[in-house]
Amino acid sequence: MGLSRNLAPALSAFLALLASSHPALSASPPEVASCLACHGAQGEGMAAAGYPRLAGLSAEYITGQLNAYIDGRRVNAVMRPMAMPLTATQIQGIATFFSSLPAPAQPSTPLTDATQNALGQQLAEHGDWNAGIPACFNCHAPGGVGLPPAFPPIVGQPATYSESQIQAWKNGTRQGAPQNLANALMHSVALRMNDTQTKAVSAWLAAQPTSAPQTSPTAAAKTKP
Amino acid sequence: MSIILRAASSLILALFIALASLISITSTLAADKSSALNAAAHTGATFQPPSEADIPPGPFGETIRMGRDIMLDTPKHAARFVGNNLSCANCHLDAGRMAGSAPLWAAYVNFPAYRAKNGKINTYQERLQGCFRFSMNGSAPPLGDPVLVALEAYSFWLATGLPVNKEVAGRGYPKLEKPAQAPDFVRGQVVYAAHCALCHGANGAGQRTTGRVVFPPLWGDDSYNWGAGMGSINNAANFIHANMPYGMSYSLTPQEAWDVAYFMNAHERPQDPRWLGSVETTRAKFHDSAMSLYGQTINGKVLGNTGAPKRTQPKDQAHIAP
Repeated sequence: MGLSRNLAPALSAFLALLASSHPALSASPPEVASCLACHGAQGEGMAAAGYPRLAGLSAEYITGQLNAYIDGRRVNAVMRPMAMPLTATQIQGIATFFSSLPAPAQPSTPLTDATQNALGQQLAEHGDWNAGIPACFNCHAPGGVGLPPAFPPIVGQPATYSESQIQAWKNGTRQGAPQNLANALMHSVALRMNDTQTKAVSAWLAAQPTSAPQTSPTAAAKTKP
Repeated sequence: MSIILRAASSLILALFIALASLISITSTLAADKSSALNAAAHTGATFQPPSEADIPPGPFGETIRMGRDIMLDTPKHAARFVGNNLSCANCHLDAGRMAGSAPLWAAYVNFPAYRAKNGKINTYQERLQGCFRFSMNGSAPPLGDPVLVALEAYSFWLATGLPVNKEVAGRGYPKLEKPAQAPDFVRGQVVYAAHCALCHGANGAGQRTTGRVVFPPLWGDDSYNWGAGMGSINNAANFIHANMPYGMSYSLTPQEAWDVAYFMNAHERPQDPRWLGSVETTRAKFHDSAMSLYGQTINGKVLGNTGAPKRTQPKDQAHIAP
């Protein structure tokens, strides 16, 4: 503890220096700098390493996840030590910062494997109800753009990340808040997904645009005056 | 020194986490046992509708696809006849394919049929008209309208190989036995908060994003009206028990399903379009059943006492959400 107390001012000064030289960081809390090292300068994630994007996720969701690392409900050897020293205020600052960044623009790029593409799309849009798997978009919203705070966006995340998260829900190393229905929902669905399905839907989701699907005028929901 | 200490404490922590997650795995897995794969699980249904990959090419296939699209996003594809934010697939899961979720194939082979609801022989298209008038709180498409033709073609195709005029396992929603205790608002409210509110919202209004409905409203102005089948407590309890929450069929106890169905239907919703001028006369004629709370006093208010039906605004004339 003494070590971190001594290091803290120096680290803050260093990060502040870093922040002043970086446009995305200019208005950010100093803690954010350590996130950007892996999650990208704009919070866009790092697909090659399987690090998820944070940009455009809801503040409540990010707060929930950092707390889950601390509580051990989300088991991750890298993220837990990063989250442990953070105060509630720092967590809030990080969450607010990333939620304010725009989701990275990503064009739709169909997968080269047509069979995998078709399976992934089927699961995301329509599910496999015979196997007890509802469509991802049933809860994560059409286009997978998410429905904050309970349902995060699932498009624009690295395929390896989504795959690892489905596995984590399956084996219990990822859980939401105690007594939250979402635990049972994702655990049940993940248990019913085989590896082929998990890979296909993760790859398909990674290839989709992050923007909201175009809504035709007739599909628009009624707006109360 | 401190590095060694930190390493040791990390190791202890890691062991602790591993142990903790093992315990939680056991508990969540145990909890999962009570949910069935899907609504079909307890129906004895054996029929499988054809795969969508087998929709025939040409104009007939296009019409079948249109029917499927109407099921999945009714406000978009049947805008003129829809007055709320529901889609057919909200109550007919998997686009009307799922046994135990009022599958279209099972209904299709049992029409024409006499229906006490309107006291006449109904063709399949007339049955579909009822869905739009009540469940969709809209207006009945004229017989022969492309919307009804598409839904009929889709249902016909789903029923490929089924004998007509023969009861088929999986039709409707599996019937629950009468509850041990009379359905109760307060118990239902507790069930709702724990198992429904995450998706449908604490106020039952559902949730949407970027102009699209994600979770349908269960009561209020944008839900089904008082004339809909889902307004009957037994029908709603049957549906909920077999189908809700998503992916967790039969996870509620029958008592919980009855209680939460009562709670859902103990809220205000659009007027019954068969309105006879007063809530008393409308109840006497159309809701004279313990299964309908229309015209009953709940929490000091008479349900359905909202005057004549309001003209609903068809979706194609609705204001375009940003």
